[in-house]
Amino acid sequence: MFLKHFYSTDHKIIGLLYGFTSLFFLLVGFSLVVLIRWQLAYPGEPVPYVGGLLGAANAPGGVILPEFYNQLGAMHGTIMVFLGVVPLAVGAFGNYLIPLQIGAPDMAFPRLNLASYWFYFVGGAIMLGSFLVPGGAANNGWTSYPPLSDLAPGNGQTWWLAGMLCLIFSSLLGALNFITTIVQLRAPGMTWFRLPFFVWAQFVTAFLLLLAFPALQAAALLQGMDRLAGTSFFLPSGLAVSGQPLDVAGGGNALLWQHLFWFLGHPEVYVLILPGMGIVAEVITNNTRKPLWGYRLMVYSLFVLGFLSFVVWAHHMFLTGMGTVISAFFQATTMIISIPSVVILSSLILSLYGGSIRFTTPMLFALAFLPMFGIGGLTGLPLGLATTDIPLHDTNYVVGHFHYLVAPGTIFALFAGIYHWFPRMTGGRMMNDTLGRIHFVGSLICMNVIFLPMFVQGLAGVNRRLWDGGAVYAHAQEVLSLNIPMSMAAFGLAFFQLFFIVNLFLSLRGPRTVTDNPWGATTLEWQTGPVAALRVYRDPYEYSVPGEPTDFLPQNVGPAPRSGPAE
Amino acid sequence: MMEWLGLPPAASAHAAGVDQTMVLVHALMAVLFVGWTIFFTYVLIRFRRTAHRDASYHGLRGRWSTVIEGAVLVAEVALLVFFSVPLWSARVDAFPPEAQSTVVRVVAEQFAWNVHYPGADGRFGRTSLELLGPSNPLGLDRTDPAGRDDITTINQLNLPVNRPVIVHLSSKDMVHSFALPQMRVKQDAIPGIAQPVWFTPTATGRWEIACSQLCGLGHYRMRGFYTIQSPTEYEAWLASEAALIATP
Repeated sequence: MFLKHFYSTDHKIIGLLYGFTSLFFLLVGFSLVVLIRWQLAYPGEPVPYVGGLLGAANAPGGVILPEFYNQLGAMHGTIMVFLGVVPLAVGAFGNYLIPLQIGAPDMAFPRLNLASYWFYFVGGAIMLGSFLVPGGAANNGWTSYPPLSDLAPGNGQTWWLAGMLCLIFSSLLGALNFITTIVQLRAPGMTWFRLPFFVWAQFVTAFLLLLAFPALQAAALLQGMDRLAGTSFFLPSGLAVSGQPLDVAGGGNALLWQHLFWFLGHPEVYVLILPGMGIVAEVITNNTRKPLWGYRLMVYSLFVLGFLSFVVWAHHMFLTGMGTVISAFFQATTMIISIPSVVILSSLILSLYGGSIRFTTPMLFALAFLPMFGIGGLTGLPLGLATTDIPLHDTNYVVGHFHYLVAPGTIFALFAGIYHWFPRMTGGRMMNDTLGRIHFVGSLICMNVIFLPMFVQGLAGVNRRLWDGGAVYAHAQEVLSLNIPMSMAAFGLAFFQLFFIVNLFLSLRGPRTVTDNPWGATTLEWQTGPVAALRVYRDPYEYSVPGEPTDFLPQNVGPAPRSGPAE
Repeated sequence: MMEWLGLPPAASAHAAGVDQTMVLVHALMAVLFVGWTIFFTYVLIRFRRTAHRDASYHGLRGRWSTVIEGAVLVAEVALLVFFSVPLWSARVDAFPPEAQSTVVRVVAEQFAWNVHYPGADGRFGRTSLELLGPSNPLGLDRTDPAGRDDITTINQLNLPVNRPVIVHLSSKDMVHSFALPQMRVKQDAIPGIAQPVWFTPTATGRWEIACSQLCGLGHYRMRGFYTIQSPTEYEAWLASEAALIATP
């Protein structure tokens, strides 16, 4: 009975499978960073309570070794990005909501959809399993720069590459499915500019996945060849490790990997962000009871973002030895790409103006997304200018920057989505509001206490990925003590997630208390009735239309005289 | 605002330009963030459900958001064209002549910085993989006439003040990153690629070289030192190092 869900080709079931699997991985990725935060605040002191469970090879006496610390860092990044946030934002919300929002009976290729989930599942299992292989998991950063990754002892890095290949297959299959579904299966009357903004965001995201991931797929195969077949795609001649000349063919280029990786890596940043923006747009329109401000401009901005995200990748590489012309090009594209981001963020803020704002739990998360994403975006400016990147590159400033975008940014948007669509996904059950508000306030405070001091540390010059948090460096001494409140906040953040986990499972078993459309929403996923009879008559966010008796007009409600929904 | 940002002390000729750009960017960020936050807070209070029962279908009217977006673009272009690009160009295109500079090689390895001075003749000796050994981490060929007077150190870089420095940077094994925080210098050291970097120290002092790129389990302790000395102190140091080679 339970197992049959694992073989279902129904997009809603697959969406939920993605949802629960990715929430599990988010928890795993977060647990790794709790260990990292302990080590940064108390370097060399045994991890309390769980130190003995980490294995003598990783943490003798509970003290995290540098080798294990690097595993934690690499796998935290990998798991959070590729197994947590993207599968939840795209796999779960995309699969569940796109067919419902466009009025399609299912995804275009239901079996491909299931295959995509299983590739993801296998990729995740490989990544988790790699912690148990001799030498442990990959420990070369989530960016896996060679020669370090090429030459890493043990099998962890090879497992990482195999896992990535599975995840890439999964994303490519999913992206094809999303694009085909949105192009082909829209209900009658669902014209392009009647699509909810969330669908637009997923549409552009799918193109990014489809076009960017093959670069990393190729790179992962080449690195796998280097590790297993003795090739030297990323190994130059003349290497000497530990004082010994290295017996490899040589002639490769270590920098090539960085180009291939970031050609994926930068579009991937927008894959992390765009679905979050889509969710926030849905939640904000619903809870302000008014249309999205600047809907068309926002859609155009999505396309500009998507296109430009392919020509900014080398701003991650300003310090690899770049001339004036190339650096000027990548700085210019980086400054230009900030404009559509500003347009989308301002439109979301301006959408609030004139609304009748309900501070529901999903709305609180969606509102917090705006300033948090703002901080993340703004702190990208000094990193995107090559000159100011010199002191800030590879410091904690970078860590703070992208965490603001993804943690209190995208992950808050994902929480907003879970609280918002929970009644739709569970057939009329609501999540507990009090627990939700405690979860929100605690997470917001803790995240800021963790990430804001990273900018202070980064400006002082403290580098990232240091086992002792920079304790050996003189320039770090004044800001080193910040690590203790930061880590306390990370433990606090873990505590406040318990409110979410308990809430989720209690509410899943709770009574069905609400109607089909508890939030009074306009988009199709909230309207019941047979899909075959569905017809769309209006724009996605017809809230508070002057002269109408209700403050919302669902997309499938025709012009007066109005009959019931879906007739 | 310079102190408020908490950057390390600046001690090179180009540091002022980097720091000034840093201050301007952060000023722009602060203005935008404070502006957005004021508007955001006002809207949340003014248009809460209890104060504003019926939402406005049309919402905000007017084009001033376009004006703000245009202003952001203008500010960014100004930062790019008048600050970042010229400063960057001076870093990578306008190298001083080697004859008027202090020229050294720095070769990174797990987890140390090998420093190579050309010695009195101003020429670097030949290096070779075959000659690598515990006492010769650079693989320097002492039989090469150019290499006889070369000075090598580990994790200690001495430089004279107020004279341009050219560092020829490379790596033996992994990607490292050579950071001198007080010089506002950071440059990846990538095996197979020799990368020059230049700067002019303007104050004497003793600080640390930091590795900024994850290079393995000892990355956190890949720390070296650099000392900016007066010309006389620097010459005296070179002479004492040269004496060590003469009497091994």
